[in-house]
Amino acid sequence: MGASSLIVLMIAAVAFSGIAILISKFVLKATTNKQKGEPYECGIPTKGPSWVQFNVGYYLFALIFLIFDVELIFLFPWAVVVKQVGWLALVEIVVFFFILFMGFLYAHKKGALKWM
Amino acid sequence: MGWSLENISHFIDSWLYNEFDPTIARLIEFLIIAVCVIGLFAVLGLVLILMERKVSAWMQVRLGPNRVGPGGMFQTVADTLKLIVKEGMTPLNVDKFLFNLAPFIVMIVSMVVLAPLMFAKNFQIWDINIGILFITAVSSVSVIGILMAGWASNNKYSLLGAMRSGAQIVSYELSAGLSVLCIVVLTGSLRISDIINSQANGWWLFKGHIPVIIAFVIFIIAVTAETNRAPFDLAEAESELTAGFHTEYSGMKFALFFLAEYVNVFIVCAIGATIFLGGWMPLHIGNWNGFNHAMDYIPSFLWFFGKTFLLIFVIMWFRWTFPRLRIDQLLNLEWKYLLPISMFNLLLVTVIAILKWHF
Amino acid sequence: MNITQILFWFLSALTVFSALMVVVSKNPVYSVLWLIFTFFCISGHYIMLNAQFLFIVNIIVYAGAIMVLFLFVIMLMNLNQSSEPKKHRWLRMAGVVAGGCLLLVLVAALKNIDIKKQVAETNTGDIGLIGNLGKVLFNQYVVPFEISSILFLSAMVGTVVIGKKE
Repeated sequence: MGASSLIVLMIAAVAFSGIAILISKFVLKATTNKQKGEPYECGIPTKGPSWVQFNVGYYLFALIFLIFDVELIFLFPWAVVVKQVGWLALVEIVVFFFILFMGFLYAHKKGALKWM
Repeated sequence: MGWSLENISHFIDSWLYNEFDPTIARLIEFLIIAVCVIGLFAVLGLVLILMERKVSAWMQVRLGPNRVGPGGMFQTVADTLKLIVKEGMTPLNVDKFLFNLAPFIVMIVSMVVLAPLMFAKNFQIWDINIGILFITAVSSVSVIGILMAGWASNNKYSLLGAMRSGAQIVSYELSAGLSVLCIVVLTGSLRISDIINSQANGWWLFKGHIPVIIAFVIFIIAVTAETNRAPFDLAEAESELTAGFHTEYSGMKFALFFLAEYVNVFIVCAIGATIFLGGWMPLHIGNWNGFNHAMDYIPSFLWFFGKTFLLIFVIMWFRWTFPRLRIDQLLNLEWKYLLPISMFNLLLVTVIAILKWHF
Repeated sequence: MNITQILFWFLSALTVFSALMVVVSKNPVYSVLWLIFTFFCISGHYIMLNAQFLFIVNIIVYAGAIMVLFLFVIMLMNLNQSSEPKKHRWLRMAGVVAGGCLLLVLVAALKNIDIKKQVAETNTGDIGLIGNLGKVLFNQYVVPFEISSILFLSAMVGTVVIGKKE
């Protein structure tokens, strides 16, 4: 099997979920009223919209994650060839980690990795 | 040769290509794969949920489900039937399109991740050149589905749960990736079959000294967090957020999220079993030839599923052992401890790999 | 037309369509989601060229990056229709002029190329495989690799400075 198996798996997932939802649609007869359509917030009537500006703390973590994620991608080709390249590869990655770690320490010092 | 899954798949393959012309044979093969993975999903859902309930009952010294079928075996079947006849509500002020799309995204992601998994000896869907990276990359896409569900619900609990879930999944992905890298350094390949074959004379957990054991521990912690399970289940902390990002989902759409969650547990445990515990490789101990021969008689798919379910059991065990973390503790654990440790650990493993200290 | 070609044209059409939808969508959340769809279509092209590593990098980076964008949209924009600011007419004009300039440059650049000469190697090329990439990257391009870490450092500092501004 080659890359076409991905398409097959995607179709299988869509078919599985679609059929499951369709079956339950056919089995029962749904009724609607206004109360049923309200958001469930523990029975208390909803106050204000939920689509509002949100805490920026999550965003900071997401950005730092992104930097580390890209770094991780560099590490994968490195990990594959590290046995062939030998000690040079270790030196390369130590330098790489060292520079990256300074950024990490800076973020740590500035309290960016602290929640709130 | 016996009835191994490899032989059966070869037999079906050659029979199809003899009987029909290649295009039709290929289509039939696709159909068989689709049916198999759907069947796997359904069975995994039923078995894992029953297992979770039985294990938690056992941990808490109670009986657990015991009415439907012998020993409560059909309890999850009954639950599934119940979920089918439940009404799948769509609240009025949600974003209808995204609300309905999100369960599909989550399901597609966990289905596609199955592609490079090796279930038995030479039995996998696609032996992609970068198998292990494929799994880490594609499984991170499920964050999109979760954020989509949380945002589209137009519910404060859902949004908060989705945000927490996203922050958690992406943070712990880093240390999970770094501990996977340790094994890649030792193996020198990302292909799943290469990783398994390199463990023919012993599993990496035993061959790789202490750094690999550290990597294994970090991996288990990270995947527990990545699958949003207790003690890291902040995303759906019942006492604060009702049910997290799927608060507004009901009926079959809720069931799909639930199923995807359990299948993800299976997948991460299967990865753990593959890279640290040798996948389908039987347990071999040094020169004990008699013992090694006896182990070879156990079919390879039993080895794979046995190891996977062992890890699943460990993860279920965590749930009843550790109290839930707060969000700041959770992020501290990752960014201040696990990430620096796993970076340093990777360097140690590199030294071992270059000096060929591993067995 | 064989199956690869059909797949190629289908994917290309899908890519262009979803890229258009990114611009056309009114709701920024939808724009973000169409953007990720665009990137997945491009990943599909990579996999048809047998560049599996690029395919995965595209998914891993953009899934992460788009998630960040998603959070950005949720956090920093007010999505209630009523509070959407009226855009100035001159701003719109400036946008049209800038876009037109880009189009002009692209047309000028693409006018003289000979498409027939470029033949894509589907399923055969192994240039994009990870082993070859690693060998080249860590033998010939060591210095650029190390310099990229300084780029990460500056990105990290930038993030902290922006995110922690009181």
